[in-house]
Amino acid sequence: MLHQRTRALVTAGTCATFLLAIMAAYYFLVPETLHTNLSLRNQPPGLSHLFGTDWMGRNMFLRTIAGLRLSLQTGLMAAAASAVIALFLGLAAGIMGGWVDGIISWLIDVFITLPHLVLLILISFAFGGGLKGVTIAVALSHWPRLARIIRAETMQLKDAPFIRHARCFGRTPWQIGWQHLLPHLIPQFIIGLLLLFPHAILHEAGLTFVGLGLSPHEPAVGIILAEAMRHLSTGHWWLAVLPGAALLLMVKAFDILGENMRVLLQPRTSQG
Amino acid sequence: MRFFLRKKLIQLVLILPAVAMLSFALLQLSPIDPVQAYIGADMLQMSEAQRQQIAQRWGLDHPPLLRYLHWQKEILTGNMGQSLIFQEPVTSVIARRFFPSLALMGAAWLLSGIIGFILGILAGLRENSLIDRAIRLYAYTLASTPTFWLGMLLVIVFSVQLGWTPVCCAYPPGMDPADVSIGQWLRHLLLPAATLSIISVAAVTLHTRQKLLEVMNSDFVLFARAKGESTWGVFYRHALRHTLLPALTIQFATFGELFGGSILAEQVFSYPGLGEATIKAGLGGDIPLLLGIVLVSALFVFFGNAIADLLYTVIDPRMKQATVS
Repeated sequence: MLHQRTRALVTAGTCATFLLAIMAAYYFLVPETLHTNLSLRNQPPGLSHLFGTDWMGRNMFLRTIAGLRLSLQTGLMAAAASAVIALFLGLAAGIMGGWVDGIISWLIDVFITLPHLVLLILISFAFGGGLKGVTIAVALSHWPRLARIIRAETMQLKDAPFIRHARCFGRTPWQIGWQHLLPHLIPQFIIGLLLLFPHAILHEAGLTFVGLGLSPHEPAVGIILAEAMRHLSTGHWWLAVLPGAALLLMVKAFDILGENMRVLLQPRTSQG
Repeated sequence: MRFFLRKKLIQLVLILPAVAMLSFALLQLSPIDPVQAYIGADMLQMSEAQRQQIAQRWGLDHPPLLRYLHWQKEILTGNMGQSLIFQEPVTSVIARRFFPSLALMGAAWLLSGIIGFILGILAGLRENSLIDRAIRLYAYTLASTPTFWLGMLLVIVFSVQLGWTPVCCAYPPGMDPADVSIGQWLRHLLLPAATLSIISVAAVTLHTRQKLLEVMNSDFVLFARAKGESTWGVFYRHALRHTLLPALTIQFATFGELFGGSILAEQVFSYPGLGEATIKAGLGGDIPLLLGIVLVSALFVFFGNAIADLLYTVIDPRMKQATVS
């Protein structure tokens, strides 16, 4: 039996490799994905096309890879933006306190009062829908929880002796935040970021699925599944089952990666 | 209790206008022209004058702030405006669609609560056993599952392959809603409710398991065991009441996820509830309806959170003791 940390490292490495492989695969496969081959319509999964083909003879495995890459990319961008917003607001609320804290906490409350999907639809609508709208919506709506965690952490650290000393030496709040608090918050930040990805990707897929997202020509996973909806009753199960399972696998890989990074970065809180 | 209610009421009065303001501002920002979204492809056949006329009728020629104040004033009198895609007042659209959604969410809420609680107990009583690992794997996997995809899987298995359940809607298509029997209605509710339940089970299960582990590792359980109490006895006489309240609390605190899940489930099954209306409003540029649903859903989530708070701070005897002394 491997040591817990070694095992976490191996698991995290496997997941990261898997996710990188999806990204890399796209660059090798891209010209193939758009091919329609009308002689190979509605083929069930087989060796030459792992996920079968659709009503236009397109290879579903290749389309799924392209879709996963698109979801991965928007998910990554949006989650990163959300995490940065969370870090900034959480730090500001924690360091400055007073009315700044009041406003930020109030903003968090307002955001949390709306069901997340309703908020996503609202923001995506506000920015005109499409790929841009979806990305902005996911980016602007995932920060409150992480911001709360970082705010609490900052508040806790603020009274530590080394911070009080720094203040006595005349450091400004932002200098303290940047030089003394940030290094302590980085693990929280990285873990929070990693655990945001699954949510971001699922929400992106959900928004695209209901039709608020990308144009039907782009092979996002949500689009693929929305198209499959129309072919459910004809018995072409592979159009829905396999791309969705691939999405589930990708989200799960991110989740496992995040959990194992927690073990590696925060050994104290990960016990039990 | 009275103090609690007063506090919650003040919070509500502070948060609802904020939600209204934020959503109004967001929709104001949108580059989607409501007139164009409403008319659609026929836009080409319209003259500029006709466009102006519609814009004027909707009051789009007024500045945003004036429109906002007007909207707020009307809402306070119970008028949420006219829905563009349904051609009827927003309040009646919401009223008509509220009950189907409530039935769907209520069924899912109850089912997921009961099943999740039992699973959490089974997992927590035997930490790291095979059953614990299986339940944890199941719960974590569900947390990564797209709701709409699960709905589609259920359709493929139960509607298409087995033919047990209908593919869509809340009643057979083409039928007058007034003539639908309870049995037909339940049959149509079955799959959407199952979808939403299966997804919602994850949170309760993991939370209950965590709480049960905490209790089972506490000193008073150790003492009970030392007196010769069996595992079942410890659970039934000591741990049960410590886990019931947190499970109930988390069920109320996740009303937002429940509402979000119902949007996706309703979309998959074309179930005519609030969630489906939300998407129609979003796609059709129906701003009055979208704003109305936003407010209703915010109220719904706030209500859930308030009950969760109430359970946590007022009902829990330990907390009550703490606030009294």
